[in-house]
Amino acid sequence: MKRLLPLAGLLLTGALPSLVQAELYYEKSGNLSLEGRYFTDSDADQQQTGAQLSVSLQPKLLWEWNGGDDAVTLELFKRFLDSDDERNHFDLRDFSWVHVADSFESRIGFRRVFWGVTEFQHLVDVINQTDAVEAPDGEDKLGQPMVNVSLVRDWGIVDVFVLPYFRERTFAGEEGRFRPALVVDADHPQYESDDEQKHIDYALRWSHYIGDFDIGLHVFKGTNRDPLLNAELQGSELVLVPYYAQMTQFGLDLQATIDSWLWKFETIHRNTQPENYWAAQGGLEYTFYGVMDSNADIGVLTEYGWDQRGEGSGVLAQNDVFAGARLTFNDVDDSALLIGGGYDLDYGSTSLVVEGSKRVGESFKVSIDGNLFLADESDDAVLYSIREDDYVQLTLEYFY
Amino acid sequence: MMTKILTPISLVTALVSSLALPLAAHAFELDAALTPEQQGLAISQASKDSDKGWQDMQGEMNMVLRNKQGQESVRAVRMSSLEVQGDGDKSLSVFDEPRDVKGTAFLSFSHALEADEQWLYLPALKRVKRIASRNKSGPFMGSEFAYEDLSSFEVEKYTYKYVGTEACGELQCYVVENFPVDKNSGYTRRIAWIDTEELRAQKVDFYDRKNSLLKTLTYEGYKEYEGKHWRPDLMKMVNHQSGKSTDLAWSGYRFKTGLSDEDFNQNTLKRAGR
Repeated sequence: MKRLLPLAGLLLTGALPSLVQAELYYEKSGNLSLEGRYFTDSDADQQQTGAQLSVSLQPKLLWEWNGGDDAVTLELFKRFLDSDDERNHFDLRDFSWVHVADSFESRIGFRRVFWGVTEFQHLVDVINQTDAVEAPDGEDKLGQPMVNVSLVRDWGIVDVFVLPYFRERTFAGEEGRFRPALVVDADHPQYESDDEQKHIDYALRWSHYIGDFDIGLHVFKGTNRDPLLNAELQGSELVLVPYYAQMTQFGLDLQATIDSWLWKFETIHRNTQPENYWAAQGGLEYTFYGVMDSNADIGVLTEYGWDQRGEGSGVLAQNDVFAGARLTFNDVDDSALLIGGGYDLDYGSTSLVVEGSKRVGESFKVSIDGNLFLADESDDAVLYSIREDDYVQLTLEYFY
Repeated sequence: MMTKILTPISLVTALVSSLALPLAAHAFELDAALTPEQQGLAISQASKDSDKGWQDMQGEMNMVLRNKQGQESVRAVRMSSLEVQGDGDKSLSVFDEPRDVKGTAFLSFSHALEADEQWLYLPALKRVKRIASRNKSGPFMGSEFAYEDLSSFEVEKYTYKYVGTEACGELQCYVVENFPVDKNSGYTRRIAWIDTEELRAQKVDFYDRKNSLLKTLTYEGYKEYEGKHWRPDLMKMVNHQSGKSTDLAWSGYRFKTGLSDEDFNQNTLKRAGR
């Protein structure tokens, strides 16, 4: 798996001057995934698929030189064979050059960045666009072009971001599930800024830990990753058109790690169209270790999500409670089971999720995921639109 | 007059003894005046002191996990550690195998008695998570090694009792009982066999919370690095209750590579997991 590659691979890096004496380290890894989904309700839009079977590839190549002070990573993603053609997409998850200098670290190229501490919603995590066709949980992200300079100081880590190009959110197509009743026309988005996708966004983050506390503060100025969806008549068909407004966001994330307790809190203030608002997500997690004299741990967590815009705002968590349990067996196969749910205190709608996974042999992993959505009120737009998208998913992954 | 004559001689003596000192660094004498508790502490303190000054260390860990039926599973971890005087060590570990957890990285600032500070980097989500460090007794990556078996040895973590001296293979060993101070330890006690020559741990028996023999760890293939730092090539842990075992083989030990505090933070954690 590890070997030295002739200098040829370096043409990719565009950093030849610093390579004169460099010994190049090369590594490849990645995974191949087979995914099957079965939807228990078929009476949604007749065009929507009842089952999905697809294959995805995620190869990753790494080159390192100067003893690891310089590195280029290339990570691709491609899905094939899905009945929803929008899911058969390609993405450059990572194609970047990381350089470590004496007093800073620079990261240039397509990358993914995660900010935040909570589990059921990620309010402060705003650098990357959501790859929404991949899964309804929004955990998958598209690679974001960036120049990121990071400084480590005694008083914390400072990250400066310049984001020169905007990535549009992916949406399920006509045949796809997890979409509103109307199809989203992702090919003709509208922008508040005349620069459209070429608008340059900026972000600044400070993060630090002080004893039991981990804290992060950020400001982001640029294109809002969350689009508004406006209904428009295209010919005789009514479709939804994404509208990307500008925004300035300030945010805080905080975690206290005390004994077996994790206390988590995130809050943002977002200045954007059509209105400015505050939102927050907070909660706690407690882990029971070695339950019933076994090796297994059970973590229980609960969170509350609030959004100032309240009812009718079309957001997932405006006044919602979440709870979950994570069972980690700590066995040879890393078996784990997660059960979680959300309850909307305004609308009474409920969502449930079950995720189980274990390794099979040395190189395979099998996962089973299930989601249940119960929503009766159309005002609870996010959940209501996917109320008939209950599904079970089986995934087999091969890692190399 | 006397002093003038004696000066050159004492200087020679000083030179000789300073030359001889490294050879005698591990010399340790039992003191009959001490209680078994004091004696146990003295042996453990001397063992810790004899290894002081390693500064930083890098190496690779290869684990082979075996169940009762002999089925094997492999773990590969790269590790860097930094010696912190007067406190626990700092360490950064990256998992290479199994492949599905490749790039998962773990940063730990350990402390003798306070809770350790620990962060986990999850490469698929690019997420750094601060994790609770109370979990001492849980298994490390499904192996027979618990987290507490792999954390840095600090004298303050135990109270001691010297039991006796007996043969251990070709060597003679001090036998010392260790009682964990931390309530969250998975053990009531450990019995350590420490050789009289270089004060290296040769064998450790672990007793579970019900005080029955749970595991035995044996050390093999000790090699000396940088003139005084003895490290084993192989650590074998056998679980007597489950019939499972884990062989932990070390390779590529490098000392004093120039690591510093700057190599142990969230940015280096993310880089390690790329």
